[in-house]
Amino acid sequence: MTDISIEPLPAKPPRNKWLDIWTQLGKHKGAMLGGGFLLFITLGVLFGPYIWTIDPQKIDIRNRDLRPIFTALFDSDAKVRWANPLGTDQLGRDGLANLMAGGRASMAVGWTAMLLTLGIGTIIGVVAGYFKRLDGPLMRLTDLFLSLPILPLLLVAVTLFREPLRASFGPEGGMFILIVSIIGITSWMPTARIVRGDVLALKEREFVLAARSIGTTQTNMIKRHILPNVLSPIMVSATLGLATAIITESALSFLGVGFPSDFPTWGKMLADAVDRMENFPERVLWPGLAISLTVLSVNYLGDGLRDALDPRIRGR
Amino acid sequence: MKLRALLMGAIASTAMAPMAMAERGSDGNVSIIYWQAPSILNPFLSGGTKDVEAASLVIEPLARYDENGTMVPYLASEIPTVENGGVSEDLTTITWKISPGITWSDGSAFTSADVKFTADYCMHPEGGCAQVTKFEGVTSVEAIDDLTVKVTFGGATPFPYGPFVGGESPILQKAQFEQCMGAKAPECTEANFNPLGTGPFVVTEFKPNDVITMKANDNYRDPAKPAFASLTFKGGGDATSAGRAVMETGEFDYAWNLQLAPDVIAKMEEGGKGTPVAGFGPLVERIMLNNTNPDPSLSAEERSVIRPHPFLSDPAVYKAMSMAIDRPLLVEVGYGKAGKVTCNWIPAPAAVNSTTFDCSTQDIAGANKLLDDAGIVDTDGDGIREKDGVPLSLVYQTSTNAVRQDFQALIKQMWSEIGIQSELRNISGSVFFGGDPGSPDTFQKFYADVEMYANTFNGTDPQSYLANGLCDKAPSPASQWQGENISRFCNDEFDALHAELTTTADIAKRAEISKRLNDIIVENGGMIPLVHRGRLSAHANTLGGVVLNVWDSELWNAADWYRKEGS
Repeated sequence: MTDISIEPLPAKPPRNKWLDIWTQLGKHKGAMLGGGFLLFITLGVLFGPYIWTIDPQKIDIRNRDLRPIFTALFDSDAKVRWANPLGTDQLGRDGLANLMAGGRASMAVGWTAMLLTLGIGTIIGVVAGYFKRLDGPLMRLTDLFLSLPILPLLLVAVTLFREPLRASFGPEGGMFILIVSIIGITSWMPTARIVRGDVLALKEREFVLAARSIGTTQTNMIKRHILPNVLSPIMVSATLGLATAIITESALSFLGVGFPSDFPTWGKMLADAVDRMENFPERVLWPGLAISLTVLSVNYLGDGLRDALDPRIRGR
Repeated sequence: MKLRALLMGAIASTAMAPMAMAERGSDGNVSIIYWQAPSILNPFLSGGTKDVEAASLVIEPLARYDENGTMVPYLASEIPTVENGGVSEDLTTITWKISPGITWSDGSAFTSADVKFTADYCMHPEGGCAQVTKFEGVTSVEAIDDLTVKVTFGGATPFPYGPFVGGESPILQKAQFEQCMGAKAPECTEANFNPLGTGPFVVTEFKPNDVITMKANDNYRDPAKPAFASLTFKGGGDATSAGRAVMETGEFDYAWNLQLAPDVIAKMEEGGKGTPVAGFGPLVERIMLNNTNPDPSLSAEERSVIRPHPFLSDPAVYKAMSMAIDRPLLVEVGYGKAGKVTCNWIPAPAAVNSTTFDCSTQDIAGANKLLDDAGIVDTDGDGIREKDGVPLSLVYQTSTNAVRQDFQALIKQMWSEIGIQSELRNISGSVFFGGDPGSPDTFQKFYADVEMYANTFNGTDPQSYLANGLCDKAPSPASQWQGENISRFCNDEFDALHAELTTTADIAKRAEISKRLNDIIVENGGMIPLVHRGRLSAHANTLGGVVLNVWDSELWNAADWYRKEGS
């Protein structure tokens, strides 16, 4: 028996890849701030209504047109009330409760539509990049979808599918599904294009050749070798997708198609407040600020994630 | 005693003095702003309100409507009726008597030839007259003598006051327009821009789409009027700036049609230079009740066409729904001074406004009791009442508009207090009122249980508007979804009474029938009227004599305007 030379064990285990990413992300101030704010606003809209229990749709006509509580600081005549710290609208609906309820709707639409976009985009991108024969047809399909105008499409879809969806999921649920799927269906194309480009380049790399030479199946090839390497562009387009989805939903509510008129979303609150912008600027300010800050923080987070996820940038 | 009487007489005479001293042209200049600029002063060549109203300062009809919608003679000596023999027994002719001594502003006499000429001018087959509907059914106009005109209609016309009545049908001077008949009408720029008239003012300069300057008519029939020596009529801008110019800065004396939110108007009024005035035509914001079943599971031939509604046809339900609505609050939130509480479909003119109903107070308790007594109660404990197992759950649709969405939210809450649930829908106005038979969202299709919008009629006679309640006017696939009976209201008594209206000439009797028709449709669940909406204009605090009139030109009594003392 000859001694088998034993490789000396490393002094400490190799650092986990995700830990590395986290360390790298921690160095990106914008990403940390953005992520923190996104977490705050997500938790706020999720759990806020359990703490602030006023019904956002409840009309309290005697207490309408209240100003936010802080207006009392510079305008002693302002109508304010501690029970409505962010004031009330022209029908006496509480501003804070509406902001949280609106955020729930907007964020739910944003996240779901983003995940849908991501799913479709990644699948189409990887398939088009990896299988040469499918590349042409899939990319022409992408071009086709890119040329679809989203708003007219949505108006048609609302007309066609509102009734059946309403019958099966209720007015709010049905509209949610409709809006999410339309946004998902019309915004996956950039993701697909980016992913395809990256896959095309990756496919020619040596490690892919090596993997193929040892007989890796195509499914495993995609799962083990391709996908992890295109994660960084996917993440970036995910963050951008969330922002686009929130903005599209706001635009729809602003135009008056979409959710029922008494179902608050940030976009709807903004649209309703425009008429009285001069007298009650806070009604435009709060939902506007919420939309912009969410979108901004998501963008920063995406920026940081891209840096952290790319092994070539990481550690530098 | 005698001394006291004398003193009182003296006081009375000093009080009268300003009136007595008023003479033509004593009050300087008056300035009017319309945020749409007039482009022509011949109302027969333009349907625009701005042009018709600007022209009404210069040219006049035989009779006008006053602020209550009642006809008053202007150039005629009296209003012809069947009683005074002016309208024939068979309702086919009307004979106007012109009051003697009226002259045009150039000094020539106003005669029946001018009246006949005006009819020929508008009815000219090549003319393209904008007001030709006023002359509908007219077969001939004859000048009997210098001061008598006879209009003959093709058939019995119970309301023969189309031609020569109101600001849209004034009299043109034959001598001036004789060369401008038919196709040549638009070419007579000089006449169209500077028509001679019998009214209180004469055009001195007309700049199309900008400004008109006028001076008092020296030959006006009342020697003391108008009080103003000159008039400036400025056109253009927008409603907000027009309102500001009168109420905040005081640059102008009169601003027309300020379609602005009540709080915006209130803020302008704080400027202290002017006052908003509201005039009320027959425009009513209402909730239409669907008398047919809009269930989406029915086919296109049946949905909202034939089947009765599962619960809206129950009097207890629609009466309770009406009682639960706090109309004064709706007015306050949505329209302010430009709205009034109404329970009627036809709230104006005053003569046809029914007084049968009172709905000025909200009565939640009464509404609840009404439903309880009718056996419509909440049986499964979800807070919504059921009628024969069908929950009182409504789809409530309207067009997209800030005020309407506020109304929807308020009414939804009011109805929820009596156990009626509603789901709100708002549809873009261009689709909702678009009338496209292919769209499921038009107000004619009415694929909802209740819907809210406003409607009105032109003129003062509601006969054709009342026809909107006739059973055979209901929209259906057979009529390509056209038809004005939106609520699919069907009532034999209503149809019979309306037939009676079309053959009745007496004005008082017509008003009586109109009121009863209104009562039938409101009482039997055709609609729930909410707010009587008005038109809002503003005048400077120093301008006196303004009486807002929605039945005729707003400037109908400009001859009576004056500058208030101390300003």
